[in-house]
Amino acid sequence: MAKEFMKGNEAIGEAAVRGGVRFFAGYPITPQSELPEYLSWRLPEVGGCFVQGESEVASINMVYGAAATGVRAMTGSSSPGISLKSEGISYLSAAELPAVIVNMQRGGPGLGSIQPAQQDYLQATKAAGHGGFRMLVFAPYTVQEAVDIVYDAPEYAERDRSPVMILMDGCLGTMMEEVELPPMKELPESPCKPWTVGYDGTKRGGHLITPIYPEAGLEGKNKLAVQRTKRWEENDVRVEEFMVDDAEWVIVAYGMSARVAKQVVLDLREVGFKIGLIRPITLFPFPKKSIANLDYTKVKGLIDIEMSIPALMREDIELQVLGRAPVYEYGRSGGILLDDESTKAAVRKIIEGGEQ
Amino acid sequence: MAVEKVYTKPKCLLPLSSGFCPGCLHSLATKLIAEAIDDLGVAEKVINVLPVGCATMNSLYWKLDMVTSAHGRAPAVATGIKRCRPDALVFAYQGDGDLASIGLSEVLMAANRGEHITIFFANNSTYGMTGGQMAPTTLVGQKSTTCIYGRDPDTMGYPLRMCELIKELEAPVYVARFSLNNPANIRKAKAGIKKAMQNQVEGLGFSFVELLTNCPTNWHMSPVKTLEFMEEHTMKYFPCGVFVDKTAKEGE
Amino acid sequence: MNKASVVANLCKSCGFCVKFCPKKVIAFGDKRNSKGHYYPVIDLEGCIGCGTCAIVCPEAAMEIVKGD
Repeated sequence: MAKEFMKGNEAIGEAAVRGGVRFFAGYPITPQSELPEYLSWRLPEVGGCFVQGESEVASINMVYGAAATGVRAMTGSSSPGISLKSEGISYLSAAELPAVIVNMQRGGPGLGSIQPAQQDYLQATKAAGHGGFRMLVFAPYTVQEAVDIVYDAPEYAERDRSPVMILMDGCLGTMMEEVELPPMKELPESPCKPWTVGYDGTKRGGHLITPIYPEAGLEGKNKLAVQRTKRWEENDVRVEEFMVDDAEWVIVAYGMSARVAKQVVLDLREVGFKIGLIRPITLFPFPKKSIANLDYTKVKGLIDIEMSIPALMREDIELQVLGRAPVYEYGRSGGILLDDESTKAAVRKIIEGGEQ
Repeated sequence: MAVEKVYTKPKCLLPLSSGFCPGCLHSLATKLIAEAIDDLGVAEKVINVLPVGCATMNSLYWKLDMVTSAHGRAPAVATGIKRCRPDALVFAYQGDGDLASIGLSEVLMAANRGEHITIFFANNSTYGMTGGQMAPTTLVGQKSTTCIYGRDPDTMGYPLRMCELIKELEAPVYVARFSLNNPANIRKAKAGIKKAMQNQVEGLGFSFVELLTNCPTNWHMSPVKTLEFMEEHTMKYFPCGVFVDKTAKEGE
Repeated sequence: MNKASVVANLCKSCGFCVKFCPKKVIAFGDKRNSKGHYYPVIDLEGCIGCGTCAIVCPEAAMEIVKGD
C-alpha cells in the first residue's frame, strides 16, 4: 500500500470513511477542526453525509439520529466540546446505539488553551456522561495507530452497540506523519439491522429506540452493561510493554507522552538504567494485569508521565501497584508540551533522588 | 355482518388508551397526525422523533418506528435520521418547553438548513409533564408554578411566537399555526397537518405546524373551560393562519 | 343514515363531544368504564351522523358507523 504524508485530523477522517463511516456531524473547535473540514467534502464523495451542527450538542444528537438508522456515525471535538456532548454520549449508551467519538484533547479546564494536553483522562474513562455507563476508550500514540484504531472503531461500536471514544490530543491531530491507509471496507446494501428504525422492506409494527426505560428495565440494562464491561476487560485490553522484563523502574504513559517516555527509556538504558514503559492503548479497559503482575521484588518504583497536572491516571496505577512500590508522577499541562530533555532529567532525578 | 365504520381510531395508533389526561389536546393532535399518516398510506415509511415531555408517552401509543430524543434535540435527531434515510418520512412532535426553550437553537437551525423533515409544535403555554412551570409561551399574566403571580414581562419577557420567527427564514416551505379548540379549527388543523406531511412525501422541504393546545391539569380548568380560555387568551396572542406556503404548484 | 357510537373503554369524560354535538343528543350516562370515567350516551334517534363528536374526541372514543 502506498504511504502518504498526512495530518492526524485528516488521516483519521480518511480512516473513518474507509472504515465505513457514512455520517459525521461536528462543530469547529481547535485543535480538531481539520477533521470536519476534511469530511465535509470527503463524505459526499462516497455517498455519505456531513452536517456542520449549530453546536456540539446538536451534533451529537444528529449522530444519535443517524446511528438509529444503522448508518455508521461519528463525531469529533475537543475537551470543552466533549463536555457539551456528554449528555448525548450517555443517551447513545443508554439507547444502545453505536457511534465513534474523537476527543482531540487541549489544555484545560474551562475554555483552557488550544494547545495539546491530556487533561480529559478522567472524563473519558470514568464519566463521559451521567449515569455510570462505561465505554471503550482508545489512546493511539502515532498517526498510523490512530488510523488503524479509527478504521476499526465502528466495528467495536456496532459489536457492543455502544459509543466508542478515541482519546487523542492536539499534537497527534495537527502533526503530519507517514501513514499507510487501509482499503475501503465493503458496506452492506442496506444499513437496516434488527435494532434499527427505518423501513427495511418487511412489515413491522414499529420499533422504538429509546434511552428511557421503566425502573426494572433500566436496572436490567445496567446489569447487562456490567457483563459487557467484564468482557471488555477479558478480551479487549490493548497495551504495549516496552523493555519491562528486567526493569527496575517502569514509566506508565499513553498517547503523546508515551512517545516522549519511549525516548527517555532508550536514552537512560544507554547509560545503564534498567527502565521500561507500559503504554496503555486502551485506557478503558485499563491494562491492570500489566501493572499488577510486575515483579515487585525488582521494581523500585513507577513513574506516571502525562500532559496533565495532576497526573489523572495515577490512581488507576496505584490501584494495581497496591503499595508494593512507590508511584511518582511528572507532567506538564495547560497546553505546555513535554520535551524529552526535561522529562529525562525529571525521571533521572526521581530514580536517583527518590521524591521529586 | 360486521358493522362498517365510516370513522374509527387511526390504524397507526395502538388500540389502547393514550397516556394523556382527560381532554388533553396532545391526544387530539396525535390523533390528527395519525389520521394524516393513515390517509397518505405511509405508516411503514414514517419515523417519529419523540420529545421529552408529556408527548414522550406516545412511545407507548404509536404503531410506528420511533426514536426518543433528548430534551430539545428532536430536530437534530430528525436531521441525522433524514440525512441517512431520505426515503423515510421523519417528523418530530414537540411541546413548548422542548422546542421553544431548550431546543430553540435546534429547531431554528434545522429550519434554516431546510431539512426535509416535518415539525409539529404543541403550544400549551406550560411544562405539563413536570407540573406546570412557566414556558417560553406562557402568556403575560398567566400563572405557573414558577411565576405564581403571573408572568411579568419586566423580568420574564414575553411569550415567544414561533411561527413568526420561523417564517423569517428562507428555507422553510410551509409554516402555519392552527388551534384545536373547536371543530372548525380542528378541521383546518387536520388539513394543515396532512399538507405538512404531504410536503415531505413530495420532498418539498421543511414544514412547521404549530398547534395551539391546552393543559387542563396545569391550567387548573375543566377540559371544556380550557377551550374557552384558548379562544379568549391564547388565540389572541398567537394568531392562527398560514404564514409561509411555498408549495403551491404553478397553475394551482 | 350514519350514526355515532361510543367506544366506552377509551373515553376519559372530557365532555368535548357533549359540548360540540350540533344536535345536542350526547349526554353523560350513569355508567363508568374500567378506568372509572363516565362515558356518554347518544340519543341515536336525534343523531345525524355528522361526525363532529368523532372529530373533537381526543381519544378517538367516538366512531361513526355506516347507516343503511
